[in-house]
Formats: sequence, structure tokens, C-alpha cells
Amino acid sequence: MLVYTEWLNEYVEVKEDIDTFCEKMIMSGSNIETVEHFGNGIEKVVVGKLLSVEKHPDADKLLVCLAEVGEEEPIQIVTGAQNVFVGAYVPVILHGGKLPDGTVIKKGKLRGVESCGMFCSPKELGFEDKVICAAYRDGIWILDKEYTPGLDIVEAMGLAGDVVDFEITPNRPDCLSMVGMAREAAATFGGAMNYPDSTCVKEEGAMTGLLQVEIKKPELCKRYVARIVKDVKIAPSPWWMQKRLMYAGMRPINNIVDITNYVMLEYGQPIHAFDIRNIKGSKIVVDTAFEGELFTTLDGTERTLEEGMLLIKDAERAVAIAGVMGGLNSEIEPDTQTIVIESANFFADSVRLTSKKLALRTEASSRFEKGVDPNLAETAANRVCRLIELLSAGTVITGALDEYPTKADPITIDVRTARINQVLGTALTTDAAADIFRRLEMETKVNGEVISVIAPTVRRDLLKEIDMIEEVARIYGYDQLPTTLHKGSNRADKTPIQILRSVAKEALTGMGTSEIQTYSFVSPKGLDKILTKEEDRLRSVVRLINPLGEENSIMRTTLIPNMLEVLERNYSRGISAVRAFELGNTFFNEVGEDGLPSEREALCVAAYGGSETFFTLKGLVEELLKKLGIEERNYIPEASIATFHPGRTARILSGGEALGIIGEIHPDVMDQYHIDTKVYCCELDFAKIAAIANRVRYYSPLPKYPATSRDIALVVQDEVLVKDIEAIIKASGTELLEDVALFDVYRGKQIAEGQKSVAFSLTYRAKDRTLTDDEVIKVHSKVLSALNDSLGATLREM
Amino acid sequence: MQTQLSNILQEAKEQLKNAVTEADTEDLRIKLLGKKGRLTEILRSMGSLDPEERKTMGQAANSVRNEIENLLEETFANIKELQMGLRFKVERIDVTEPGIQTPLGTKHPITVTIDEITNVFTSMGYSIAEGPEVETVFFNFDALNAAANHPSRDLTDTFYISPGVLLRTQTSPVQARTLLAQKPPIKIISPGRCFRCDTPDATHSPMFHQVEGLLVDEGVTMADLKGTLDLFAKELFGSEVKTKFRPHFFPFTEPSAEMDVSCFKCGGKGCRICKGSGWIEILGCGMVHPNVLTVGGIDTERYTGFAFGMGVERIAMLKYGIDDIRLFYENDMRFIGQFK
Repeated sequence: MLVYTEWLNEYVEVKEDIDTFCEKMIMSGSNIETVEHFGNGIEKVVVGKLLSVEKHPDADKLLVCLAEVGEEEPIQIVTGAQNVFVGAYVPVILHGGKLPDGTVIKKGKLRGVESCGMFCSPKELGFEDKVICAAYRDGIWILDKEYTPGLDIVEAMGLAGDVVDFEITPNRPDCLSMVGMAREAAATFGGAMNYPDSTCVKEEGAMTGLLQVEIKKPELCKRYVARIVKDVKIAPSPWWMQKRLMYAGMRPINNIVDITNYVMLEYGQPIHAFDIRNIKGSKIVVDTAFEGELFTTLDGTERTLEEGMLLIKDAERAVAIAGVMGGLNSEIEPDTQTIVIESANFFADSVRLTSKKLALRTEASSRFEKGVDPNLAETAANRVCRLIELLSAGTVITGALDEYPTKADPITIDVRTARINQVLGTALTTDAAADIFRRLEMETKVNGEVISVIAPTVRRDLLKEIDMIEEVARIYGYDQLPTTLHKGSNRADKTPIQILRSVAKEALTGMGTSEIQTYSFVSPKGLDKILTKEEDRLRSVVRLINPLGEENSIMRTTLIPNMLEVLERNYSRGISAVRAFELGNTFFNEVGEDGLPSEREALCVAAYGGSETFFTLKGLVEELLKKLGIEERNYIPEASIATFHPGRTARILSGGEALGIIGEIHPDVMDQYHIDTKVYCCELDFAKIAAIANRVRYYSPLPKYPATSRDIALVVQDEVLVKDIEAIIKASGTELLEDVALFDVYRGKQIAEGQKSVAFSLTYRAKDRTLTDDEVIKVHSKVLSALNDSLGATLREM
Repeated sequence: MQTQLSNILQEAKEQLKNAVTEADTEDLRIKLLGKKGRLTEILRSMGSLDPEERKTMGQAANSVRNEIENLLEETFANIKELQMGLRFKVERIDVTEPGIQTPLGTKHPITVTIDEITNVFTSMGYSIAEGPEVETVFFNFDALNAAANHPSRDLTDTFYISPGVLLRTQTSPVQARTLLAQKPPIKIISPGRCFRCDTPDATHSPMFHQVEGLLVDEGVTMADLKGTLDLFAKELFGSEVKTKFRPHFFPFTEPSAEMDVSCFKCGGKGCRICKGSGWIEILGCGMVHPNVLTVGGIDTERYTGFAFGMGVERIAMLKYGIDDIRLFYENDMRFIGQFK
């Protein structure tokens, strides 16, 4: 909401300078986006009167003019503008003068003819294109009347002024008006309100027989006030009004349109004016459109309406889209003589939806959709009439048509002083609080410690005691409230999964793995790229109704596609090795009792480059799972997941629970992501890990007696799994076997094809004595014969 | 015999002078002082002398022995020093060469920022509460006093899964869930992901993170809200920052405020970060609206509460001087690696 302070001062006197004004308005609840100081930076621009206009001898498109600028002699100016004429008063920038954008104008010659200055357009003096009236949008500003030549233009036209752009929150549509902002200023600075004059001195005739109004859809139209003005003389509005409109961001059009806009800005009540010649049957009907109805709005656009959109119709056809825009068929024209002033109130949602569906937002619709007080309609209509009278733009007909099916009455809200202090932590008295309500122009009645406040209907946001407490707080000043800490002590425990997340992240970063964060919504192509089968659970996706695009249209069921995308991006940027992880939610289209899809927390770890192998990643995952307290961890070869290399992938299990998958990404998947090196990837069900994680630790006594170790190299069939060999060693090694560790796997020379040599180091130890050689030999032989019996493993000659 | 002793000493001195290795010196020690060494022989032969002479010669022999022992010790020491000197020369390294690193990974800057924020509040006794990212319209809007026709509910603002289910636009539904599930005192913060229909650009992201907080108890006042958040701002941005509370509007709090902190880059003088104002908007907050407490079945006469919420990306961008929000989700390792 643009507020021109000179205009605001008409309703409330603010003595503070602009900086103090802004600071205090912000602190009382009217936040400010920007402040613009008009007239600043204009130097040596004066009123000029054109004495002659002649063609340039050497240029068809240039004119040579003489202008009186208050100096002894008129000055010569060459211009390209075509809208100048003898006798016109225009702004002239003299030699050495400066424009708001910093341009300095100097004497010079244009095609050999001296030019001692320049005529200015409104744009050059700081007005935006959209507020400049059609007559001189592409030319020089022709001033509205005679001014003394040589008079400073800023002074002559009253250009100096501050325009404050207030941010109006959705609860305060009443502040989308000068009167509303004036009320805020009055409450903030303690001034008295001067409301606009809305009483005509002279009215004539009667409404009888001129017009009828019928509201057919009272559920969409709260009120409809119509007044009539005859003998209308369409003309430009006076400069004071034009200037206020322009500083408020609106373009002056003509006196009638300008007055309707002016009153809309004053009260926040949108006004529309029809030419009564175009109201067929002298009847206004508020009714809805039929599906596919065509209607051409004032801007010349033909629009297709939908059923239910609220229209203003006459006896035969639509003449306006209610609260949005008038029709071309009932527009005010230069020869308009009698007009109907519409000051109506339409339901916010109806206007909002219509405006949205038609993609047509106007000053009127943006006010209606936030809500307008229906009690303003009559006052605003009267104010329009009064301004028409004041500007001698027509003769006001006595009386108004006012259809107001359900009157909105103000409500009374009781506010308890104790409650104010309970919420704010203050020690305000009842009188102090009541005074604040009075500053806000609200009637109060004090009864002991309770203040009964009448909330005006314009303040639709005031419904309950708490709303009134907020009024007290902001006018009293948030900065005046004490600053304390709530007493009360308690302990805050992290939940087990919160602790585990921290533990996992610390462990992973400690092992050189960096965390990534990616979007929860992904492209369905991701699942195709990782070759997920149609029947896979990962295809049970949650879809967005309104995604930003296909690439963000489903919720992820796996973190792997995002991870591969991030790795691809890093690889393409020349980063030769990466270890990364993401811990985040995945979503499955499996609706639970709460009506929501299931969310599973997953952990994805991946690596490429450097000396990464399947086993470096497995080692990392092993260390992580140990840290998280997953004591039992089994790796089962898995060849059926298309995302992964069939010979280099394992399912991770613990006590029968599937924890996840680890492997090398399948070459076919790698073809989809442009990484020319192997990628190893592991995805874990973090929720499940959290459920079985055991972070309790017990101490085992350190050994007192020495250990004996025996290294063995076994030759076995290539398909035999290390896991199975280990299992046999453990099962046959009795309690004396303390540890078994793989240290070499060899295929090649000296080993028959289809076989491999697997070397382990076995450690034997007894808790209570030093083992004798005989004891070790006995158990070790048992191990070797068990290996031979079960797997046909033979000792390799070393 | 006296002469013999002198000769031995003299020879020992000269021979030791020429000894360059520990082995040479050890040989000499054995030759002179060993079981069959020359001095030992002399001492052994002294048995034939008369007592008086034996005493004199004994003293002389012992003195020579001591002297030789001292010389030996000195020689050993010199040789060792020499050898160590040589070794150190050979083993010298250029300690200014770079270290061989065991690289640490890095947590994502969003995680780092969330941790910093939550740590301040957990130290004040706030628990961390969590909720689903795919939420019901009820918890995301209705329970939070959002007007039924509020534009933020539109398909143009909020991502929907179905008419009643959406991607949460704020972490406040966690507050609503907590209010329904727990009895006061309630003291929680809820960090997490949120989603809104914003096309990504330098300052917008369709997915972002928030941390919200809620305290509901007897006697909670707006003054407490100011005190708590002032303390938070000082913990996060430095003890010298000041805070300013401006009235604002949020549907689920009343009175509502926005909190600015004095610019921690320029100290309030005005700079690029604070756009010349000296203040930076950090969070929204307010007293929990009675309608919200009522949905949670809480007696609004007995209990009051405050709530606050802040955007994690915004705070991280301000703290680290990051100028494009998209960097967070590109996950370039050279970006993430800067937050060790």
C-alpha cells in the first residue's frame, strides 16, 4: 500500500519527520517495504511558456522552440517531441540542470541549431510509465494550467513528497486504504482523525424510476449501493487529485474514473461507474454467469466465463464482472451524461476465485478478495458524489438505492486487564489499556477490571479477547515489554533415533564421507535409470498432484538415483574421488491408519575414485554398523537386482532382518550416469537399524595369557564363500579359537583353474593358562580336518 | 712396573684417539681391561710384591685404570654422538612439505546449522520433536488456525498428494501433533524439511528447512518469548548482537512478531548483508493462538505459550555469506567441504 504522506496528513496530522514516522509505524505494526522521496534530485527545472514552435531547418523530426523561462530573454530549445504547441506550459530543464536519475543537461547544438535546455516528460521527472496519463506518455508534460514562467517545477507542481510502501498483512485489509493507514498513524502518534467529507451541499431530483437493483445471489453479494449523477462533464481531474493518484501508483484517466479510484484509495471500497445509457431496462441484477458465457472487459479482452462467476447484469446482458472489472459495453465515454455509481460488497472468496480463474487481478479484486467492510459502501458512494460536486463534474441525484440483505453489526469484546498482563508479562492498568483502545478509535466501557470494547466492522480481524490483547501490545510497544526467561526447569532427552543419527553422521564423516542433501521429490525417470523392475516395491510411489515439473513429480522411494546424480555432477566437475552419504526419508504409497503414506528413513553411502573397491565400501559400512551396535552382520550374495553388478552385490542381514544392500553399480546403470569409473553404493534401512541397534557396551577382561597363532592357506573351489569357510573354522575351533582373520585370496599360477587359495590367520588362546603346543596342534588339526571334510579344502604348500 | 703402567696409559690414549667405531673401542677395552687385558695382567702380577710396594703400585694401577675407563667412556660418547649426527643428517626431512591427510568428511551445512540452532535450545531444556513430511491438511493448516480460504492452501502454493494430504509447508504441524499428544509443560523444537511451490532461483527453493519451537506452560508470557529468543540470538550470532521485535501477523500466534538482530557483519552500521538497515530479519514468533491450544485440548485460561520458527537456509546463508540457495542442493563436494 503506497501512502503519500501529504495525502495522509489530510486525515491525521503527523508532525514527526519521515524517518521517525517510519520507525514508529513499523513498531506499531505497519511494516514498511520501501520509502521513496519524490522531487529529490531535480535541479534547475522550471516552468516554461512556449512562445514559438517552428520546424528545424535541417531535420524533419525536430522542432525549434522559444520558451519564456523567467529570464530576461526567452531561450531556444530544440525538441523531438511532437506534442508541444504555442502557449503550452511545460517543464524546462535549464543548462546545468539535473534530473532525478542523475542526468545533467548542458547547452548544445542539435543539427547545427543551438539548444539551451530540454523540455521534460513526466517520466524524466521521476514518474513511472504506468502512472502517466495517456495524453503525454510519449511526449512532453503539458502542465494543466498557467504558471509563472521560471518558477521551480518542484514548487509549482508540489512534487516534493515522501511515498511510503507499507506491507499490509492479510489480517488487516482495512489498511489497504488511506483512512485505514491514517487510523494507524493516529493510534501511533496520538493525533485526532479528520474523516473525508461525504455530504453533498446540493442534490437534485429523485431516484424514482431511474434505476432498479436486484441481488439474485445474496450469498455472493453482501450489499449493493447505487447513486446517480447527471449532467456529467467528462474532463481531466485537477492536478492535486492526479498527483495523489500517481503517487499511489494509479494512472489518471478522467475526472469520473479518477474520483472512483480516489475514493477506493481513501476508503478501500472499490467503486465502479456505468454509463446509464448502456444499462438496458434501467435495471441492475447481481447474478452469476453461465458456463462459457463470453464477455469483453474494459481492457478490450474477450473472456470466457465459468458458471458461478458473479456478474453485474442489466435487463439483458452482463455489464461487469462483479468486483473484478467493468465491461467495455458500459464504459464511461467522453460524451457520457448520466452515470450510475456502484459501491457494492462482494464475497471475498467469490472474487478471489473469479479473478484467479480469469487471471485478471485489479485494484478492486485485490481489495475484495481480502475482505471489505460492507458498512463502507454507502459512505464511499456519498464521498464519490461529494467529490463530483466539488470538481463540478456533474449534478448529484438525491437518494440512493441500497440493497443490504444482512447488515453487519459491530461486536463487543470483553478484555480483562489480568489476562492482558498474563499474556504479555506486563503490569498494565485497566485505564492504560482502555486508553489504547480509544486511541484506536474504538468505543470502550470499563467495568472494574474488564474493558468492553466495540470492535468496528472495518476491523474484521478483531473477534476475541486475544485479538484485543494484540492491539494493546503493539500500541503499547513490543520494545516496552519486559525481557524475561520462563521459570521452570526440565530435562531434554534425545530419542534413540536422534542419537543414532548423530552417531552415524559422526562415524561417517570421521571415515572421510561427506553428507549430501537432495530433494525429497524426484523424477520417475530415476527409477528407470537405475533399472528398477516394474514389480519392485520401489515402484510403489507417492505422486504429487501439482509438481513443479515431471522432474519433481514423485516422492523418492530410494536415495540411490539422487546419489548417483550428485556423484555424476561431481565427476563431471573434475572431482576425481568422492565418498558421500545421505540420511533422509523415503516414501511409499502404503497408506497407514493416519491416512498418510509410509515414511522410511534410509541411509545411502556411495564412493568412487581413488582406491575405492567393493571392500573399501564394505569396510566402511562394517565399521558404521559396529559403531551403531549391530553385532550380527551377514552378507548374502545377490545377483538379481538390476541396479547392481550381479557378481559384486550383497544383501546385508542381521538376525534375519534385511538391513540393506551393498554393491558395485551395474555397468548398464553406469551408462545412464556419465561416470567413467566404478561406483560402489550401499543403501540401508536406517529405521530398522535404529530399531535393533544396541548401544550398550560391556567390558571384556584383557587376556592374561599369551596367544598362539597359526597361518593356513587353503585351496578350495572358487565358488566356496569365505563366510562359509569362516563358519566351519569357528564351529570346529572350540572355545580356544579366539579369532580368525582372512589375509589373502589368490587365484592363478600354482592353483588349478576353478580353484582359489584362501589364507587365514587363526589365533588360539585359553583364558586361564598358557596353551601347550600339543593343545594347539590338537585343536588346529580338528579345524583342518573339518575344512577338508566339509569343503574338500586342502592345505596349500607354502 | 711403574713404567709399564705409564706405557699402557700412553698407548691407550693414542689408540683411543684413533678409534672411530664402537667395535674398535670395545676391542681396546677388552685388550686393556678385559680378563686377559694388559692392565689386568699387571694387577694379577702384583701378588708377588711386598705389601708396601703392593699398596703403592695398587694405587697407581687403580688410578691408571680409572683414567682409562674415563677415556673409554668419553670415546664411546664421542663416537655415538658422531654416529647420531650422521644418521640425523641422512634422515632429515623437509617438514614444510604438506602432510599426508586422513581426510575427514563434512556434514552438510544445513545439518551443521540445524545442529547449532537445536543445541542452543536443547541446552535450555527443549526436546526435539519430529513429524511426517507428508502431512494432512488438518495438521498443516486447520489445526494451526489457518483461514479455510487462505491462499497458502492453494495448489499454486502447496504441493498436494491428494485433497487431504500434502507436503508440509512448515514444521508447525509437529507443534499441532505435540499439542494433541502431550500435556503441558510442552517444550519442544522441531527441525525438518518443508516444501512450497517455488521455482528454484538464487533465493527460492521448493524444498527448504525450518526449525520451529514451542513452549506451553503456566505463566508463559510474551516477555519470556523476548528473553528466550534474545538469548538464542546472542548464542548463535555472538553476545554483542541486539534484538528487535516488530509486530507481524501469523495465523497460529497472537500477538505475533518478527525478530530482527543487529547486523552481525557490520555491527549495525549498515552493509550489503543487512541492506544498509543495520538489522537482519531472522525469525517469526508469537504467543500461541488460543484456537491452536484449544485444538490440542489445552485449557487456555490456565496455560499460555509461545512459538517461533525460522528458515535454516536463510540463517546458513547469512552466517556463511552464501549468495545462492541452490548451492545447498547441488552438493558439489568443493562446496560441502568448506564446512569442516
